[in-house]
Amino acid sequence: MSPREVFALRDHLGTALTERTISDPRHAVSLSDVSRGCCLGGRGDELNGRSVLIATSGQLLAGLALIAIDGIAGRMLLCPPDLKAEHLASIMSDAEIDAVVTDQPARFSGCVDALIIPLELPRPAAKSAQTVRATEWLMLTSGTSGVPKIVGHTLEGLCGAIIGDRPVPGEAIPVWATFYDIRRYGGLQIFLRAIVGGGSMVLSDPGEALADHIARLNARGVTHISGTPSHWRKLLMSGSAEQFAPRYVRLSGEIADQAVLDGLKQAFPQASIGHAYASTEAGVGFAVNDGLEGFPATLLGEGRGAVDMKVVDGSLRIRSRRAAHAYVGPDAAALTDADGYVDTGDMVELRGDRYYFVGRRNGIINVGGLKVHPEEIEAVINGHPEVRMSRAKSRRSPITGGIVVAEVVLTADNDPARADTVRHEILAECRARLALHKVPAMIRFVPALDVTPAGKLARTDA
Amino acid sequence: MSVRLRIIAAIKQIAEEQKVKLPPLTDDLTLHETGFDSLAFAILVARLEDDLGVDPFTLSAEVTFPNTIGDFIRAYENVPA
Repeated sequence: MSPREVFALRDHLGTALTERTISDPRHAVSLSDVSRGCCLGGRGDELNGRSVLIATSGQLLAGLALIAIDGIAGRMLLCPPDLKAEHLASIMSDAEIDAVVTDQPARFSGCVDALIIPLELPRPAAKSAQTVRATEWLMLTSGTSGVPKIVGHTLEGLCGAIIGDRPVPGEAIPVWATFYDIRRYGGLQIFLRAIVGGGSMVLSDPGEALADHIARLNARGVTHISGTPSHWRKLLMSGSAEQFAPRYVRLSGEIADQAVLDGLKQAFPQASIGHAYASTEAGVGFAVNDGLEGFPATLLGEGRGAVDMKVVDGSLRIRSRRAAHAYVGPDAAALTDADGYVDTGDMVELRGDRYYFVGRRNGIINVGGLKVHPEEIEAVINGHPEVRMSRAKSRRSPITGGIVVAEVVLTADNDPARADTVRHEILAECRARLALHKVPAMIRFVPALDVTPAGKLARTDA
Repeated sequence: MSVRLRIIAAIKQIAEEQKVKLPPLTDDLTLHETGFDSLAFAILVARLEDDLGVDPFTLSAEVTFPNTIGDFIRAYENVPA
């Protein structure tokens, strides 16, 4: 233990280490092996105070590296799976990376200035690593365009929303899973809940078919699982949900509309189903567990808990100890305003006593000068019982600059002969509930919609 | 169906959707007199692009937006195949 009481992830592993595992499709590593072993070939001490990049081919090694390095390195930057090669050099430079922990050393053979330490599954170690400092946790934002921003967190902030989650003695160990990648904020939250909260963790794998993934979640006895609404819609569409019965189902990362919440309630009648608001920058904002889309307006305000929230110019602003403390880099912008609020860029609208998310500020479609959020249109379309998911987008127009068009995925059991009827019903509902310029000019039925590696509906043109 | 008939059908369909009461569609009716706003025309041009495979108004910088229904239809009829 360090002079001041500093706790690292390794100090939070808790009990029942032999029974608890971190697993992927190929390996299951027990926490006792993690605690007694070393995945850095005994070279962990060399990382003391360094700025370490964690770049792994899969999630399991990334998770093991986090436990091994937290409390030793000065900072560690968790490399997401879809980081573009052309962004790597500038990110390493901005984060002042001087060491790389990786199972892909060839990828970094050009980095002559950095210490490269190979990463492997844990092997028994002569001595266990000791926490000597509070390591800064760096993550990358998942923006679809431009160089990702580097966001600085602390373990304390990241775990701020994980309270009282330790299992009651005698109760079964919670087994956590997420459709997210744990190298992203949403996935990391679940990994930390599993590790700090006394559970096991079942990791996802991009190469695995959904039915195989669900079979593995069942085999491992998963009780708690999270994903984006897009992840959940895919599962509901696949028919694989029938064999799966988690106790705790969470949605985050995108707008959870009433249709997907109701779909999950129907698929998992015994489960607690809720949606949470979190972002890489603002941290975990709040959870909504009443089964309804949006959130109660009473959550807004200051001084009522860990998180202060307000709405300015239509966007949600969050001030919180769970928020990141800064963007990192020599030219980094300020993360918060003068009062310490993060502008989330997520636009909300007050209807009655609830706020509803309407979309991202930078995803707005411009129809002849009128602003349209694709998400508000999708929420109406997704309300049709025969629709599983949809994407509204802009189509270039010589007259108005853009018009709204929509692509729609129908439910698996939909009768193709009903397509025209469904189209008319969707349009009628859109006309009843949306301003005319928001009604899609065209609806195209498609077999599937792309989801990004971060689990969000791909919006290339937004 | 000829290009002309397809255009007329598309105009009528959009008028119904947008709740626009159309006057009789004659060639010398100005587009302004149809009661269509720019959104309705934008939808019309997009649908015709899908139906006829051409958008004469972005095809060439020289094309000016037509004044009358007759001009509008000719813009589509005169596009080189």
